[in-house]
Parts: sequence; structure tokens; C-alpha cells
Amino acid sequence: MVSIPTASSNASLRASLHGLPGVDRVGADARAAGLGTRSIKTTAKRQAIDMAISMVDLTTLEGADTRGKVRAMCAKAVHPDPTDPTVPRVAAVCVYPDLVAEARDVVGSSGVKVASVATAFPSGRSSLEVKVADTAMAVAAGADEIDMVIDRGAFLSGDYLKVFEEIQAIKEACGEAHLKVILETGELATYDNVRRASWLAMMAGGDFIKTSTGKVQPAATLPVTLVMLEAVRDFRDREGRMVGVKPAGGIRTTKDAIKMLVLVNETAGPDWLDPDWFRLGASSVLNDLLMQRQKLTTGRYAGPDYFTLD
Amino acid sequence: MIFEYAPAPESRDVVDIRPSYGLFINGEFVDGSGTPFKTVNPASEETLAEVASATEADVDRAVQAARKAFGVWSALPGSERAKYLFRIARIIQERARELAVLESLDNGKPIKESRDVDLPLVAAHFFYYAGWADKLAYAGYGTTPLGVAGQVIPWNFPLLMLAWKIAPALACGNTVVLKPAETTPLTALLFAEICQQADLPPGVVNIVTGAGETGAAVVGHPDVDKVAFTGSTEVGRLIAKSVAGTNKKVTLELGGKAANIVFDDAAIDQAVEGIVTGIFFNQGHVCCAGSRLLVQESVAEELLSSLKRRLSTLRLGDPLDKNTDIGAINSAAQLAKIRELSDTGEAEGADRWSPACSLPDKGFWFPPTVFTGVSQSHRIAREEIFGPVLSVLTFRTPAEAVEKANNTPYGLSAGVWTEKASRMLWTASKLRAGVVWSNTFNKFDPTSPFGGYKESGYGREGGRHGLEAYLKEIS
Repeated sequence: MVSIPTASSNASLRASLHGLPGVDRVGADARAAGLGTRSIKTTAKRQAIDMAISMVDLTTLEGADTRGKVRAMCAKAVHPDPTDPTVPRVAAVCVYPDLVAEARDVVGSSGVKVASVATAFPSGRSSLEVKVADTAMAVAAGADEIDMVIDRGAFLSGDYLKVFEEIQAIKEACGEAHLKVILETGELATYDNVRRASWLAMMAGGDFIKTSTGKVQPAATLPVTLVMLEAVRDFRDREGRMVGVKPAGGIRTTKDAIKMLVLVNETAGPDWLDPDWFRLGASSVLNDLLMQRQKLTTGRYAGPDYFTLD
Repeated sequence: MIFEYAPAPESRDVVDIRPSYGLFINGEFVDGSGTPFKTVNPASEETLAEVASATEADVDRAVQAARKAFGVWSALPGSERAKYLFRIARIIQERARELAVLESLDNGKPIKESRDVDLPLVAAHFFYYAGWADKLAYAGYGTTPLGVAGQVIPWNFPLLMLAWKIAPALACGNTVVLKPAETTPLTALLFAEICQQADLPPGVVNIVTGAGETGAAVVGHPDVDKVAFTGSTEVGRLIAKSVAGTNKKVTLELGGKAANIVFDDAAIDQAVEGIVTGIFFNQGHVCCAGSRLLVQESVAEELLSSLKRRLSTLRLGDPLDKNTDIGAINSAAQLAKIRELSDTGEAEGADRWSPACSLPDKGFWFPPTVFTGVSQSHRIAREEIFGPVLSVLTFRTPAEAVEKANNTPYGLSAGVWTEKASRMLWTASKLRAGVVWSNTFNKFDPTSPFGGYKESGYGREGGRHGLEAYLKEIS
């Protein structure tokens, strides 16, 4: 249906993206809600919790971030529960570009990846030169992954070519680093747009598509994640390339995280149930996952003081 | 990574099934005169309880009780009748879990459906008609009730069909004698307890259990003023014959062979969900099931591969497991019928496909099944299978879609999938079906009338229109 266009013009991109099947909002909401009622208990819950922990991109993206704050978070990423070595490490830490070196230093060779937002995050309102420089700086400081934002203004005004070319340019600036493309679905307004932006990001070379910056509400809702999972599934069917998905923002409880995993399992399929292909952009969810994990092991809930605040 | 869901069974402990049940006549449980019968759990073939069988004499007692109660009940102001109905609705909500578990045990449907679809709709139906009870003057059908309603309901939505029958009848001031299906009597009997709990005056609701003869006795009783039946077209015909030449008012809600039409501009992922909901919801035991998929040829291949992938994720098994999507077939007889028609499909040259899925050893099971390459002349495209079996046909133009969709003796429901509003309206206006779902399927609401064209029956249930069947025409 959609083939990789030469992207020579807005018209050809428009033809491709608007040729995608529509998304019926009522139906998509109902499907996501239906999957949300899956009951994940006992052994399945244990598996889901460990899977979720290993997929977390532990994130701090505040103006008030300091070196100390980032070091503390990175230490937690490597050893989420100091009392239990069987707890897996998280997938990555996610910080601003100027703190990448700090994060790199702490995670070292633990296997935890360092991700950095870039491209005038979170608004994306700057020139391409600045965005490329922002990206290059993060990569040079040791980022394994770059979380870029798309220019939502350009997307909404139909300038798909601008978005496409920006993603391509950033991908080039990434070099070896993986590129996650943040669609900021909360600003795209319709599921049709979410699907189109997903395809645009994938066609331009993104390795991951990510829902949100975490700065805009709504962020990673179940139906938006569903639509993006359908997009990566269909993209692999047609183009043979696998693209990852990262819901980010608003995932606070173990229940939220498990619902996401069910969505992955029954939409894109088990191939995506892997930290290489699915991430959870979150921070507070980690302690809830640890608390639920401990409860499954001991049969009792420990108080919040038994889990570290970083 | 393989993510295997562990069993998550809903507890059976919330429901207390008695070893045997009597008939509910004049506000109390009494013995039946016929030979009692057993009702089984179709998922395990285990006997759940022994149930009384009502003879003609028992039915007569029930009708007499209803007749006597009619005087009292119809004389109550509508606002007083509403209080009882509201009370019943609230008790249903309070005891929803118990009713849902019992429904799944006796019927075989997944707890997910009895919990999230049946029970909320049952309560909503009572709430809705409770609201009408004191506003009949504004409905446009008069305010005079008919008398005693004889109601016979099927096994596919036992409690929901009871609600569809009893709630409007009572709201309008009628009293009822209801016969639940032979294979699924238990929730109706629990509803009888709820009537007691709600202090409903004795005789307003009477429940008589039994097989076909009991139903015939209810329908044929000379003192019944109104007959309401939901079930097969075959039995519907017999009922229509038996009441012909009497003064009885009749509504029949019968079979269907609904078309689910998918145009090439449809929202494909949601259309796939709608197809699944259309035919695999409740194991396909749905009179308005979308059993014929009519898909535009240009997207047929893509749609079918999406559909097959989706069907591979369906979870078949223990109806009480909260993750079960497909439960048990309600009875051995129904299973035999589904098998017979499916085998016919193969013999006639259609291609049969089912996802890899293992069936439990005990109980009555049938895998979700899709037939492609089906022609209008195949039996599986004409006859109601009433099981999880989808027949796929293709079309080229909108006109052809409508022609094929209407080319059936039935006309209960249809679904249309397109993102184009003008095509939606054009198609819907051409379809001869009582319900046309637009970009959705099997959606029910108490405010919406439901009923058929042609061999799918006559009369409407639900909504304001549903009152007409239980009120005397204004002359």
C-alpha cells in the first residue's frame, strides 16, 4: 500500500500518508480498553514485572536537574533494588545532552544505555542547524540513543517534507546512536495523525517511535500506543524493517506497565517484547514495579521507605 | 519474548447453586409436575442442578397467578411500578458478580462477556424501563397494559433476554409468565429470588422451566394476551401459526444471517475488530451475528491476513478464566449443528481455516472458523449456523454489496465499514435490516429499538418502540 517514497515533495509524502487506512477513534479506544481488562496474575505477573523493569528508560528531564541528581538516578538504573540482585537492570537512562557525560560515567559498562533528548527538546522550535548541533553534542558526550522531537507545527501545517528531512538529518548526525522519534501525540489531535506521523518517522529512518516528551498531556495513552504498535507491525510486513516503540509519560503503576505489555503482545506480537524493541519512558513506575515484585516474592507489601527515592 | 498469561479464574464461590430448583409461581418456588431435567455446565459437562419441568397444568397455575396479580399490578400508579423496577435493577447491580458467574457456568460464555456486557446491559434495561413506567402517556402508544404476557426466551443471552422481555412488560403494567431455555434456566431462577428480595407482589413475575412443550403451553394458553418469543425462525413459525386467529398480540425475534460489509476505504484495524466482535462474540451464538463478511475485493487479501493474525490471538477455554475470549458451545445439540453445517461448507467447496488452538477434552467446543471462497449459493452463506463460523464473500461495487447483503430471507442486522460518510448513509438506507451498525458491530443499548425484517421476525424490543408491544393500541 505505502512504499518508501523518494520524498521529493510534500505531495508525494501526502499521497503516501493519506493513503494509509484511517483509524476509527471509537473502535481504537474500545480495543485498547478491552486489552486493558486482561488479568495478569501469579507467574505471568512476575514475568511481566521483570520484563517491564528491563524495558524502563529511567528519565529525568527537569530544568532543575543536576549532576548529583543524574548520578543518583543512574546508580538506581544499574541496581534498581540494592537488597535484591535478581532484579534486572533497566534498559536506559534518559537525560538532557549536557548531562550525558555524567550519566555515561556512572552506568559505565553495566549494559544500561544512555539516551539523551535533543533537537530543542521539548518544543523542537529551533533551526535545523541548532538541532543537528544539539544531537552531535549528545552523541559526542557518549549517548547511545537520541530521543528527538518532530516539528509538530510543520506536521500539522502539512509540511511533511520538512519533518521528513529533519529526521533524516538527525539520523545522520546520530551516527551509530539509535534514533527515537518523539511524535508528541498529545499535540497531534487525531489517531489518523498518529498513524501518519508514525509512518513518516519510520520512512525517514527512525529506529524507534516514541509517543511523548512527557511535557504535554495526554501523553502515552493506551489507544495511542495501540495505533503506533499497529504501525510498526504493518511497517515490518511491508518494508521488512523492525522499528521499536516507546510510550513515555503517564505510566505510573505496575498495572499501567502491564497493560502496555499486553498491548504489545497482542498487537505487534512477542517479537517486540524485548528491550531492544519496546521501552517504557518513565521514572516513578520503577518503584511501584519493585514494590509489586517484592510483594509477589514475600507475600507482603513493604512500605515506601524500603524503596529508594533518587 | 513469549509472554504466557497464567490462569486467572473468577471464583465460583460467589454463587450458591442449589441441587434442585422448582417453578416460581405466585411469588414462591413450587414443585413441577413434569419429570425434572438436569442443566449442565457446557464447558465440563458436569451437572449443575436438577430443574423442575412445568406441565400444562403448572403453566395454567402460573397464568392464573399472573392474571390475579394483573389486577393489583396494573392498578398501581406508574411511579410505584417504577420503584419496584428500580429496586430490581439495583439488586442486579449489587449481585452482578454472582449472576455473571452463574451465567457463565450455565451457558458457557466467557466471564469477560457476562461481566462486562450481559450484566451491565441487564441492569441498564431495568433502569431504562423503570424510567418509562410513569411516563407512558408521553410515549405515544397509550397507557393501557395488555394483561398477561407469555414469554419464551433463548439460551444465548439468558438473563439479558429475560430483561428485554420482563422490564418493558412490567413497566407498562402487565404481568408475565416466562419460560427460560431448557439448557440455561439458572439465572432466571436466581432472578426469581431477586423478585422476592425486591418484594415484588406475588404473581407479577412467574418463571416456568421446561422444554419445548412447556413453551408451547405458555404460548398456547388461552388466557395469555401477549406472546413474546426470541429464538429460531422454525419455532417462531409454529408460534405464529398457533396464535393466528386469536386475540394475542405477538412479537417474534428470530434468526439472522447478517452481512458485515467492509469497503476498501474502511479503517482496517477497527474493521477487523468489528468482524471479530461480529461473529466470535458469545461463540457466535447471537441472532444478529455478522456471520457473512462481505469485503471489497481490492482489500480482501490484506483484510483477511489481518483477520487471521488477529484470530490467532483469541484465547479459547475455561469460561470462568478472565482472559478467555471464546467459551464453550452451549449444548451438544448445538455443537452437532455447527459441525454439520461446517462440514457442508467444506463439501460445497469453500476453504476452511481455523487458528491453531487446542480444544479442552471435556465439554462442547468449536474453534473459531473462517470460510473463504464462499458463494451466495453455499448453505453456509444462507443458513444461520449460530456458532463461531464466518463465511467470507467478496464484492466489487457498492451496489453489489447491497444486493448480496439483502439477498437472504433474514433481515435482522447489518454492519457497514467505511470512512466515507456519504457511502455509509447510502448503504445503510439500502439495507433491509432492523439494525445497521456503522463502523461498529453488536452494540446494544436499552434506548435503541431492536428487531427484524422478513424471516427475522416482527415487532421491536428496546427503546420507546419497545413499549408498543406491551400496550393496547389507541383506537
